[in-house]
Amino acid sequence: MKTILLWLLLLASGVALAQSNLEINTPAVAQIKSAMAVRHGQLAPHYASGALGLAQDASVQLRDPNAVPLAQRAAVQAAVAAENNDRTALYREIAKANGNPSWETDIRSTFAQRWIDKAQPGWWVQTAQGAWQKK
Amino acid sequence: MPRSVLPLFAVAGLLAGCVTINIYFPAAAAEKAADKIIDEVWQLQKKLDVTAPAKETK
Repeated sequence: MKTILLWLLLLASGVALAQSNLEINTPAVAQIKSAMAVRHGQLAPHYASGALGLAQDASVQLRDPNAVPLAQRAAVQAAVAAENNDRTALYREIAKANGNPSWETDIRSTFAQRWIDKAQPGWWVQTAQGAWQKK
Repeated sequence: MPRSVLPLFAVAGLLAGCVTINIYFPAAAAEKAADKIIDEVWQLQKKLDVTAPAKETK
């Protein structure tokens, strides 16, 4: 009986550990993250101007192209496309790193909420109804 | 039913619980992971460089 209780305790602690963290320290995740951090320097002014917004689907959207000076528009469009590719890859890699590729959709919606929650005042975010709103 | 069988059921139940937990999405852990990554990407810890323009390295 005592041994069984010990086993139960051990199993329970294993469950608790498995629950506490997601694996995000993989080379693939690190690489995507640093590319995104560098790109953020280019995108940040356009979040502030309202040209870019954080969408409900965890992507970045060029919601007002006219807010970007014409000379920069193509470069910003390319950066947004690259950012969204990286974001999709990031969600997929985290799901994969945790042995559950099917979690990708859940991870994407978790990120969608957190990008929006952490957006700075003045940035544009999309509401659940699809409307754009200035924070 | 002999009493010695009961703990076996308990263990079986707990194992089933473990399997369930691994299949279901750990929402709280995912939120924590997302926060950590977003802080790094947006450099929310160190306020430096937030507005610095990125150099196009090609």
